[in-house]
Amino acid sequence: MGPFLLVTIQVDLYDRLALMLESDLVQAISKSGAQGVLIDISAVSIVDSFMGRIIGNIASMARLLDAHTVVVGMQPAVAITLIELGLTLPGVQTALNVEKGMQLLQSRIRVADSEEDAPHGDDDAGSPE
Amino acid sequence: MREQSEGIVNLVVDNLNEQTIQLDPYALEPIQEYLAGISISRARHGFSPRETSFYVLSLKNAILDVQEESAGSDIAALYESTRALNRLFDELSTNTFETFIKGREDVILRQTDEISEISTPVIRVWDQILAMPLIGTLDSARTQTVMENLLQSIVDTGSEIAILDISGVPAVDSLVAQHLIKTVSATRLMGAECIISGIRPEIAQTVVQLGIDLSQVVTKATLASALKHAFGMLKLEVRKTQPPKPFMI
Amino acid sequence: MRHTGTTMLVVLNKDAYSIQREQDVILFRNRVKEFAVRIGMGVVNQTKLITAASELVRNMLRYANGGDVLIEVITRGRENGIRLTFKDQGPGIPDIKQAMQDGFSTGRSLGLGLPGTKRLVSEFDIKSTVGVGTTVTIVKWKNG
Repeated sequence: MGPFLLVTIQVDLYDRLALMLESDLVQAISKSGAQGVLIDISAVSIVDSFMGRIIGNIASMARLLDAHTVVVGMQPAVAITLIELGLTLPGVQTALNVEKGMQLLQSRIRVADSEEDAPHGDDDAGSPE
Repeated sequence: MREQSEGIVNLVVDNLNEQTIQLDPYALEPIQEYLAGISISRARHGFSPRETSFYVLSLKNAILDVQEESAGSDIAALYESTRALNRLFDELSTNTFETFIKGREDVILRQTDEISEISTPVIRVWDQILAMPLIGTLDSARTQTVMENLLQSIVDTGSEIAILDISGVPAVDSLVAQHLIKTVSATRLMGAECIISGIRPEIAQTVVQLGIDLSQVVTKATLASALKHAFGMLKLEVRKTQPPKPFMI
Repeated sequence: MRHTGTTMLVVLNKDAYSIQREQDVILFRNRVKEFAVRIGMGVVNQTKLITAASELVRNMLRYANGGDVLIEVITRGRENGIRLTFKDQGPGIPDIKQAMQDGFSTGRSLGLGLPGTKRLVSEFDIKSTVGVGTTVTIVKWKNG
């Protein structure tokens, strides 16, 4: 199993910084051959629709590069606000903290690997090239 | 109480001597503050308004006696000073009432906060499993407290499953259901799971009759079955231990 | 907790900002937070207010190349709150009713701009004239 990337977002990102993070991260996934990406947002106090979209984009792009993304450490106030806003981050997996996120990634990758080995595993678990 | 009375009498008497019984708003301030302190503490200790106002008015009588003594035979002066004293005490007692009621209101507000705090306890029933029994009507303000408490406890304990038991909620209308769905969604967004238990038959009926879609939510009839479901999710098993076989000869 | 229209609304404190660049968004959000903290607003309501402000400021930058924002601390009866007024000279919104429906968006956002924002605050008002501009006013009560 490839290495995991851990991204900790420490400050409120303004748009250009968030877009830079998006491109840097996708570059890093491709270069390192990472199979898992953990994005720690425990220090982020505001997630608006723009930030939500960046997180969703990262997950989708990572999936294209055969990596799983897990967002960890979302603050309760942020979760409540996102639900009220109508933003449920579809396609993004979440975990309570880095440790649980790591476990989730490991189990996901194990499932994907065993399906890769099996002759019939071909549909939803993102068959790698 | 004697200390309080002496304090206030001294303040009033000082004021009278200096200002020759003229109502000076600045000189009144320390007296007002002193009285406010007394009436708030009385409101908190559950004195009745009658007792509190009686207390202020009895001070007036005491001062009247002193005035009578010091005035001697000068009736006109006594009349003037008595009138001034009356005005002063009218002002003071109105103020006392106001602060007394404010003191009571503060008590009520604090109790409201306490009730909403107490009525939403989060219990750790197992490692990784939290339960929150909800009792009483759920309005928007309370649901907000419920949601915040539950989510914060999930973060603090790192629990993966939360059980929201609604057997103590008298009725579920579409608004309450919406609140419950939001709580479940927010829990999931943080990476945990939320089960709703304690669905009584009447509640199941109203939910369906109102056309509320709870299909995305795991619901269970009892807290016990929710716990069982949670064990299943955590791949835990509860078994009865085999009793030791009776020893045979 | 509902308010009767008869109670006077009083502005206690105010501050105005001009939003011209995307970097202004974060600075402005921090200002809103300072005001909210000062009146003792809880974390969840703070987050809702700041997120709503962030959405509206972004809209202003995206559709009108910026505009002006007024932050006010207001009080009505026993309640304190924050009122934000977003004023731009952009193209305006032709059909406000449509813009307030869930799922409608003309930009490249996720299509939940205005209705989602409205759900985050206590009061929401929008006025728009095509070719003149748009003014959005939101209020978040401390305990709302």
